[in-house]
Amino acid sequence: MSGQVETFEQPAHFSFSSDSMKAVDAVIAKYPAGWQASAVMPLLDIAQRQHDGWLPRVAMDYVAEMLGMPRIRVYEVATFYTMYNLKPIGRFHVQVCTNLPCWLRGSDDIVASCRRKLGVEMGETTDDGLFTLSEAECLGACVNAPMMQINDDFYEDLDAGSTESVLTELTIGGTPKTGSQIGRYTCEPASGLTSLEHQADARAVKLGDA
Amino acid sequence: MLADKDRIFTNLYGLEDPFLAGAKKRGDWDGTKKILGLGREEIVTRIKASGLRGRGGAGFSTGMKWSFMPKQSDGRPHYLVINADEGEPGTCKDREIMRHDPHKLIEGALVASFAMGANAAYCYVRGEFYRETEALQRAVDEAYDAGLIGDDACGSGYKFDFYIHRGMGAYICGEETALIESLEGKKGQPRLKPPFPANVGLYGTPTTVNNVESIAVAPEILRRGADWFAGLGRPNNTGTKLFIISGHVNQPCTVEEEMGIPLKELLEKHAGGVRGGWDNLLAVIPGGASVPVLPKKLCENVLMDFDSLREVQSGLGTAAVMVMDKSTDIVRAITRLSAFYKHESCGQCTPCREGTGWMWRMMKKMAAGTAHVDEIDMLEEVTRQIEGHTICALGDAAAWPIQGLIRHFRPELEKRIAEAKAGTSQAA
Repeated sequence: MSGQVETFEQPAHFSFSSDSMKAVDAVIAKYPAGWQASAVMPLLDIAQRQHDGWLPRVAMDYVAEMLGMPRIRVYEVATFYTMYNLKPIGRFHVQVCTNLPCWLRGSDDIVASCRRKLGVEMGETTDDGLFTLSEAECLGACVNAPMMQINDDFYEDLDAGSTESVLTELTIGGTPKTGSQIGRYTCEPASGLTSLEHQADARAVKLGDA
Repeated sequence: MLADKDRIFTNLYGLEDPFLAGAKKRGDWDGTKKILGLGREEIVTRIKASGLRGRGGAGFSTGMKWSFMPKQSDGRPHYLVINADEGEPGTCKDREIMRHDPHKLIEGALVASFAMGANAAYCYVRGEFYRETEALQRAVDEAYDAGLIGDDACGSGYKFDFYIHRGMGAYICGEETALIESLEGKKGQPRLKPPFPANVGLYGTPTTVNNVESIAVAPEILRRGADWFAGLGRPNNTGTKLFIISGHVNQPCTVEEEMGIPLKELLEKHAGGVRGGWDNLLAVIPGGASVPVLPKKLCENVLMDFDSLREVQSGLGTAAVMVMDKSTDIVRAITRLSAFYKHESCGQCTPCREGTGWMWRMMKKMAAGTAHVDEIDMLEEVTRQIEGHTICALGDAAAWPIQGLIRHFRPELEKRIAEAKAGTSQAA
């Protein structure tokens, strides 16, 4: 990839599907009359979800027209926020957090595991179009570090082995367990509750120990 | 240690039903109509009296902030905006509130909006929290269906709407005016103040922006009384707080504790202590990436609250405690934070846009030991040129971790430079 200009085809047309339109109507209704530009971020997200996870130029123009915004204002938004993908992306977007709390808990190993398993570097997509690997800034699950986000889900308390298992599961069309990979429930101390101890029974049920 | 009966977030770990039936069992939505019956002024007075200080990082009095909203509407609507753009490295508490105790947030939003004459609240949730947004939306739908919010919220006759707006990945949108810009459909670039949001905020109308945790604790304070909340913690640092403990501890976790709990006690009671024992501690960043690091000797007795941490030239911030043991390369750790601020600078103010990149490049040299000893002072000087010279606090936040590093770990920086130099001359 390095040194080469990536080329990809921009589609010639874009319009919302009827399902997307339902979501669009619900979004626009949240904002006061005359302030429909507030809907630009959610609309671009709906467009991206409809369009295989990336946002083509025609979709931005389409949203601009729908909201009565100058195109440049929509381009500004689409290029400012990191969650808009402006070029084609793999079916699974693997984002590994490498910020301080994850780094302290071994995110270097998680990055290495992803690179090895997927055979791509940061920012690249596998040849089969299944995975795109990215480095992410703090994703807000720091007590469950290290972690990665794949599409809408968080995979937490990872090590090299569990990282590979999650990716393998996705490769074969499975649905890996989300959240903590070490058998603890959300953000509790893994060794057991130090507060709200009356919920210990509920905990056992949640963890399948009961 | 805080007793369970004094905890507000009684479903912090999500072990019970987060939704309406479970929430009501835990006491949410109990007597909300009666709370609204106190009237606007009385609610604000009681929140002031509780001593609640904003839980988003700055620690400004929540009641005071509410009191800045115009008492009489001039015809413009008022808005409450809830800052759920949780992105400060080390911080993951609002996430737990949204997915495990969402009704506390919605009830709090109603009470706070009522107290400020707002008929609608927008909750701006960071885009990556997709599942958390789903949970919160489900709770919002339940609250509408049960008549707790809507045209006649809790049968009070007050109209209140709660809307969720998802961000799309920009740390800067956690700054209140950038958040407002983003909510209006623009790039998230902070506004110059004044005018302050309480006069000209969202859509040019009076707006208050509050953190999720600040809003979520309000109903419980009003139910149990300001005295109860003010009786916890220390004067001027009252109540309970969600602490987020990450990094080199045996059991990283989030826990609700009393404000002012000693740092050492917090780590040992809830997080299983420092990996390898207390003596293996190198340093702690006590309040999220933006606050200066504390070396072990300052960690021995420091209390976890706004004023105590300020006395040691750091801050409580979001109460995100990042623990580093002696295996940590502290220079690389701070360099990682510098890379973060460079990535997240919105590019509006020159000192921040250029400065964050410059500081990061200089920090990389410090980490590699290839800097010159004089450059330590130069770096410190540049952080002072950035701090306080930008529209928002991101410039300050980028400067402080480096200042903390130089203040407490200068010998480490010098040693590294000397070693690199010796290595080079040896090789030559």
